[in-house]
Amino acid sequence: MTGADRPAARGLVWVVARREMAVKLRDRAFVVSGVVMLVLIAAALVVPVLLAGGPDRVAVLDASSAAAVEAAGAEAVTVGTADDATAAVRSGDVDAAVLPDDASPTGLRVVGLESVSSSLVLGTSQASPVQLLEPADADPLVTVFAPLAFGVLFMTTSLLFGLSIAQSVVEEKQTRVVEILVAAVPVRTLLAGKVLGAGALAIAQTAVLAAVALGGLALTGRADALPADLLPALSAAVGWYVPFFVAGFLLLAGLWAVAGALVSRIEDLGSTTTPVQLLVMLPFFATVFVDAPGPALTALSFVPFSAPVAMPVRMVVEGGVPVWQPLVALALLAGCAVVVVLAAARLYEGSLLRTGGTTSLGQAWRRR
Amino acid sequence: MLELDQVRRSFGDRTALDGVSFGVAEGRLTGFVGANGAGKTTTMRIVLGVLAADSGEVRWDGRPLGDDVRRRFGYMPEERGLYPKMTVLAQLVYLARLHGVGRATARRRALEVLDRLGLGDRARDRLDSLSLGNQQRVQIAAALVHEPLVLVLDEPFSGLDPLAVDVVVAVLREQAAAGVPVLFSSHQLDVVERLCDDLVVIADGTVRAAGTREELRARFARARWSVVVDDDAGWLRDEPGVTVVELDGPEALVELAPGVDDQAVLAAGLRRGPVRAFHPVLPRLAEIFDEVVR
Repeated sequence: MTGADRPAARGLVWVVARREMAVKLRDRAFVVSGVVMLVLIAAALVVPVLLAGGPDRVAVLDASSAAAVEAAGAEAVTVGTADDATAAVRSGDVDAAVLPDDASPTGLRVVGLESVSSSLVLGTSQASPVQLLEPADADPLVTVFAPLAFGVLFMTTSLLFGLSIAQSVVEEKQTRVVEILVAAVPVRTLLAGKVLGAGALAIAQTAVLAAVALGGLALTGRADALPADLLPALSAAVGWYVPFFVAGFLLLAGLWAVAGALVSRIEDLGSTTTPVQLLVMLPFFATVFVDAPGPALTALSFVPFSAPVAMPVRMVVEGGVPVWQPLVALALLAGCAVVVVLAAARLYEGSLLRTGGTTSLGQAWRRR
Repeated sequence: MLELDQVRRSFGDRTALDGVSFGVAEGRLTGFVGANGAGKTTTMRIVLGVLAADSGEVRWDGRPLGDDVRRRFGYMPEERGLYPKMTVLAQLVYLARLHGVGRATARRRALEVLDRLGLGDRARDRLDSLSLGNQQRVQIAAALVHEPLVLVLDEPFSGLDPLAVDVVVAVLREQAAAGVPVLFSSHQLDVVERLCDDLVVIADGTVRAAGTREELRARFARARWSVVVDDDAGWLRDEPGVTVVELDGPEALVELAPGVDDQAVLAAGLRRGPVRAFHPVLPRLAEIFDEVVR
């Protein structure tokens, strides 16, 4: 290829990518599922806040009980007498009342209508000191949530856009338009355009989902509720997720294209995409199953197929890893992606024009 | 000038092309005829780079054909196909852009070609809403939309209604008149005969005959004459050196043995009565085809 051809080839990749994106964005099923996903994330963040409806209002008689109530995270409302306080509880003006009671060991009594919040009871009672012999490294909520969040995000995005690459390839085979395309542009340009188009949409969707999730956390004030030492680890994990996602998507994209090129009809796609689906799902389940820090999770964070999920998860649950580790894992992943994409390009080239039935990998490897 | 030089290709044990050589000249319509499986489609796919040759070379203007030149070729494959869910205009613009045409030019060219093919009012319809005949016309538009340097059409007339055949014939003539070398295959020998300037006959992966239509006709012409008299032409059977090929009352087709004087046969006829017609007959393409392929 001469130097003058190269910018033209790049332009062609973009022409192919633009069509792939335009087709996807006009696909009603794709747009609807994307909107539903956004609504679900927004709802998961906003609905609990709406249901909670702010802190409890608690009626008190004096400043000392007011201090105890506010220490428990509720809002103190000072009233004149114990009867006023009881009436306010009955009428629903306040959620509870805290009144002096000489019979109580704490000198206070909590009055409620049907039930009272346990934090109020705990805050106004005398708790025994607690000593943990082996405190957990991280919040158990975080150790369960982080692998799920990164894993589900990577798995769903990979599956959605990977399948769309395979479908787009087999559609061109099935409608026979592929012969005109191959006569016009090099097969690798076609492949690169498809991967670029699907990849750009996948990154855009991930960015929108992340923006909605992080924006939702900020708007609902839930970010403040996260442990302070978790935030830097979380943002590092999100930052590293981007390059891992790009390389991981590339690693699989070539395989999805080959899965599409091996068959002649969209109905047969299941037979060739199943192995690729397993390559996406098995690392996800492995990472979620091994959710605690340890040698297994460390190993998974270096294996190319599971690294995009396992490395960011480690960064959260271990509260940070030495910087050489993600660099090495990323280099392994990128190297593996290059090898797989080159092999996939040859298989794609070898199978794209074989119509009628399913092409074996051996047939595809041979020259066209 | 597009040239194929000793192009060979086999699929497994089967030799599909066994040293195919011929040329397609600028401004000429070259018909490519042969039975099914003779190697027409394989040859065209190799010209377009869709298949690779085992050996041999395809040249453009004396130089090996490269991808940058090949991209400017127009191709209509035997297996028709476009994007069913895209609009006619959108896919023509897309295909033109793949051939390296800028966006504005691609759009203008697409609309022009659609107008020329009588589809101007369907530009914004989805392809799958068009009749099959109109989809075929879009397929031809797809081969023309980037103003191709060379046109290669595999069975362009199959599946076309008679009206569309006329439109396509006119368009191909325009392209050739504009200097574009046009190579088209067909098994409809009457269409090829009507249309082509040059002819390539292929059988079992080898070129059996190639040249201008007139050359081939002259080369394969046997000394045949058409004779029309007033009453029965049966007497021709008794003339020495004359073989009657067909006889239908007053009309006959005869073949003269070498050295027989046609004017003597005419004179013999005139002695029996009026002769309404007496002229040599050039072979039809179908006959040449039969002869070279056999």
